Amino acid sequence: MAVNYTKKVMEHLANPRNVGEIPGADGVGTVGNPVCGDVMSIYIKVGGGRITDIKFKTYGCGAAIATSSIITELAKGKTIEEAVKISVNDVAGELGGLPPVKMHCSNLAADALHAAIKDYQERRK
Amino acid sequence: MGRIYLDHAATTPVDPRVLEAMQPFFSEKFGNASSLHSEGTEAAEALEKSRETVAGALGAKPDEVVFTSGGSESDNLAIKGFAYANRKKGNRIVTSAIEHPAVLNTCRYLEKNGFRVTYVPVGRNGIVDLNALEKAVTEETILVSIMHANNEIGTIQPLGKISEIAKRRGVALHTDAVQTFGKIETDADKLGADLLSLSGHKIYGPKGVGALFVRKGTVLEPLIHGGEHEKGLRAGTENVAGIAGLAEATRICAKEMNGEAARETRLRDRLLKGILETPGSWLNGHRTKRLPNNANFSFRHVEGESLVLYLDMKGIAASTGSACSSLKLEPSHVLRAIGLTPEEAHGSLRLTLGRATTAKDIETVLEIIPGEVEKLRKISPMAGMSALEKKRLEKQPHGHGRHGKACD
Ligand SMILES: Cc1ncc(COP(=O)(O)O)c(C=O)c1O
Ligand code: FES
Repeated sequence: MAVNYTKKVMEHLANPRNVGEIPGADGVGTVGNPVCGDVMSIYIKVGGGRITDIKFKTYGCGAAIATSSIITELAKGKTIEEAVKISVNDVAGELGGLPPVKMHCSNLAADALHAAIKDYQERRK
Repeated sequence: MGRIYLDHAATTPVDPRVLEAMQPFFSEKFGNASSLHSEGTEAAEALEKSRETVAGALGAKPDEVVFTSGGSESDNLAIKGFAYANRKKGNRIVTSAIEHPAVLNTCRYLEKNGFRVTYVPVGRNGIVDLNALEKAVTEETILVSIMHANNEIGTIQPLGKISEIAKRRGVALHTDAVQTFGKIETDADKLGADLLSLSGHKIYGPKGVGALFVRKGTVLEPLIHGGEHEKGLRAGTENVAGIAGLAEATRICAKEMNGEAARETRLRDRLLKGILETPGSWLNGHRTKRLPNNANFSFRHVEGESLVLYLDMKGIAASTGSACSSLKLEPSHVLRAIGLTPEEAHGSLRLTLGRATTAKDIETVLEIIPGEVEKLRKISPMAGMSALEKKRLEKQPHGHGRHGKACD
């Protein structure tokens, strides 16, 4: 099935930002399911209540890669409180929209970020 | 750099000779083949000449060819048409697990309407399990429908043996030959087919036109009722331009088939050899019993859609059996049927060659693909993932679950 992605999606897909892992990360979130063909890991480094560094690794469709890339840009430099509020719609909006069948890919990206933050918070307890 | 189109199993460009053959039938020779006047006669003559050409390529008689709107309609007419006309003889249909949706969904529809369908499995190489087929064909079976070659993995089925099994029980055989017609021999007698579907746009002809071979004595119920076109089997003023195009495409294929099949096989084999040097890659489908132009690979830890998009950005048009969207979560039913895990099936890439494909194209593609696979592997978390973590994720509901659908 042909999917029409925006220029911004294609641009992030072609040049994904912040790819990789952070050794000794303060929080890691991995979501998705290999059976469905998509898995996303987000690594965060936190300093002074802010996300100072963030990286991702994604196995999935074009939208999954683009949404992970954009969410790392959205979250970088944000306070934990601000980052928790980053939603599916922020991700899709930033990419200039996603085809309806691909909206859940932004879900996945937001879920991965939130899972990484939760991991960070739990480790601090 | 020009684009390299390697998706000929999806569709092909119309050959300029075909376009030329169609041209007169739009404005100049526009008659309705049912009309009595000279304009009508001219259209009727073109129609019958086209029928002879298509019949010739099937080793059939012209009155055994029914023109349709394409492969999907031919499959529907063959299966539903046969089932409804022969209901009194039984209600069982036997098909395979790897058919095109035009066959599979037609069978599923019939299941909702009182028919019982058996989906025979295939082996790892994509060949229909003949023992299972033999067992599946029972007293109540009226029709066996097995495709000649698969559109995804290119595997060519042993139709001779399959038709023997069907004949022994006096059961009719339909074959979807959409991917083989014009590419390899499709003589209806040699295949033992009573019904055979073909389509124009896979053989450098126009889209929206196809044909169904109906062996003399095979009774069908029409699906489209109306005038007495196509011997009452398919009402509607004939698409004379399209049909003339289909005939010209057929004529060219028949003339060039042997040389072209050998040429594409050589290029395809070079492609296989080159791609399979990539670590964590393998070929899907039978190594030799496959369409001359088909290659289908899987790459571990890489998802098909993103690979297709990466290749597209590099000027290569390819296709994948991975369908990750909230509409269709399952990866290709064909790749699942040959025993791939969902994850393996998600990493598939289909490359299908055509007349325009050159040796240089193949070398270019071989230079590009390993690099794009490597790029995606660098982004992928799967390579470094522990078995334990993978197990945990596999138990997780997926983002798609929010749409109320679950994965298998
Ligand atoms: C094996 C097979 N059967 C049927 C079809 C449907 O043909 P059409 O697109 O002409 O309806 C296709 C191609 O789309 C095919 O590959
Ligand atoms: S993550 Fe499933 S379609 Fe994108």
